[in-house]
Amino acid sequence: MVERKIRVLVAKPGLDGHDRGAKVVARALRDAGMEVIYTGLRQTPEMIAESALQEDVDAVGLSILSGAHMALVPRVLELLRENGQEHVKVFVGGIIPDEDIPRLLEMGVAGVYGPGTLTDTIIEDIRKLTAGKSEQVVSS
Amino acid sequence: MTLAQDVLQGNRLALARLLTHIENNTEEGKAGLKALFPQTGKAHIIGVTGAPGTGKSSLVNQLALHFRRSDSTRSYRVGIVAVDPSSPFTGGAILGDRVRMRDLAGDSGVFIRSMASRGSLGGLAAATSGVVQALDAAGYEIILIETVGAGQAEVDIARLAHTTLVVETPGLGDDIQAIKAGILEIADILVINKADQPGVEAAERALRSMLQLGHPAAHVFENHQPKPGHEIPVLSFSTPEVTGNHWIPPIVRTVATEGAGLPELVEQIQLHYQYLKDSGNLMLRERTRLRSELDLLLRETLMSRWRERVAEEEYWLTLDLLTQRKLSPWEAVEELLKKC
Repeated sequence: MVERKIRVLVAKPGLDGHDRGAKVVARALRDAGMEVIYTGLRQTPEMIAESALQEDVDAVGLSILSGAHMALVPRVLELLRENGQEHVKVFVGGIIPDEDIPRLLEMGVAGVYGPGTLTDTIIEDIRKLTAGKSEQVVSS
Repeated sequence: MTLAQDVLQGNRLALARLLTHIENNTEEGKAGLKALFPQTGKAHIIGVTGAPGTGKSSLVNQLALHFRRSDSTRSYRVGIVAVDPSSPFTGGAILGDRVRMRDLAGDSGVFIRSMASRGSLGGLAAATSGVVQALDAAGYEIILIETVGAGQAEVDIARLAHTTLVVETPGLGDDIQAIKAGILEIADILVINKADQPGVEAAERALRSMLQLGHPAAHVFENHQPKPGHEIPVLSFSTPEVTGNHWIPPIVRTVATEGAGLPELVEQIQLHYQYLKDSGNLMLRERTRLRSELDLLLRETLMSRWRERVAEEEYWLTLDLLTQRKLSPWEAVEELLKKC
């Protein structure tokens, strides 16, 4: 029997071209034994949802530094739900103002990670959340 | 409704789920494959292999675009299986082939699945064959398989695909590299990608001289069974008649990022498929492929049955004796087999 692997999609929605953070996280998740599907820059919410569906991922990590998170994140969540993937945990990283964090969590985002977050924290949260427990986590 | 029925109805989420079950080798995955097997055998399976960075993903992207375009003859539904390596240390993986396939986003006639190799060394994952079968049954008529960036010996793809493309680029090696056994032998079509770069003439010359030195008459991959000690006699099945001329791998120059050379490449792929059908080689390849799959399953099943019957301690005890040189490996196997 092959052990069940955690599959995570790491995507950069929107127009900012700074993907170092996304790559650092992707690499850390890889080193934690996860299978990371990396889709690259400038993804639309539609592309992200489609990839999440085809790849049957457990979690989606969105890296946004453009400030457009309040537009992009709800759309991704909506599309995942439309596709029958409401079980997929969505994480957001990047530059997210403090006042937006509660609103994102309310929408159904599983965790928000600002600059300085330890990759171990993200790994631990993904492991916990994809194991079935559906609490929310914040560390910014 | 079972997962397999949903897949046949065209439910993409069900297909994605089933592929996960197949990858994880679960009971649901096996049940799905059993149910879907009668529906398989319709797709043209195309393998794309070559060294890392030769442009396999970009080429697969372009091939999919061409097969989707209806202006030529017709539009095909395209399934893509892209394999990237798993870390030998952590088992994790970065699957990055989708980065080059963004042109295909939003097309419901395309289904892309990334797979980690999960410890397999032949350039594919153990479950790739099952994943291909599921896509075949789900109605994808062209299935493109992109292997792990391959060196010289990752030749599993030739057993799975009907048509194997080996992608080279200028500057990868001289004519001695070109006559070594392994990956170049398995090519049905040789692609020189990045053909706008210097050295393309030399690369083509090296490949052409390799082809002129001789090419295998019939590609039946008897020598690439996964494990040695394979002594099943050649079965006396009625070998399909191989008629007509042998296929000589054409060399096609492409620039995948721009789409240059792609119409010619697609034409060669279709010619090769036609050749396989006309010559009877398709049946032969199909038979060889199913045989290696059967052997593999047989081996796994026998192994797990044996493990059920022999206590784990017996195994470790034997290993201890082996380590102390009190038993030879051959004697050890005899002992262990006697116990079940």
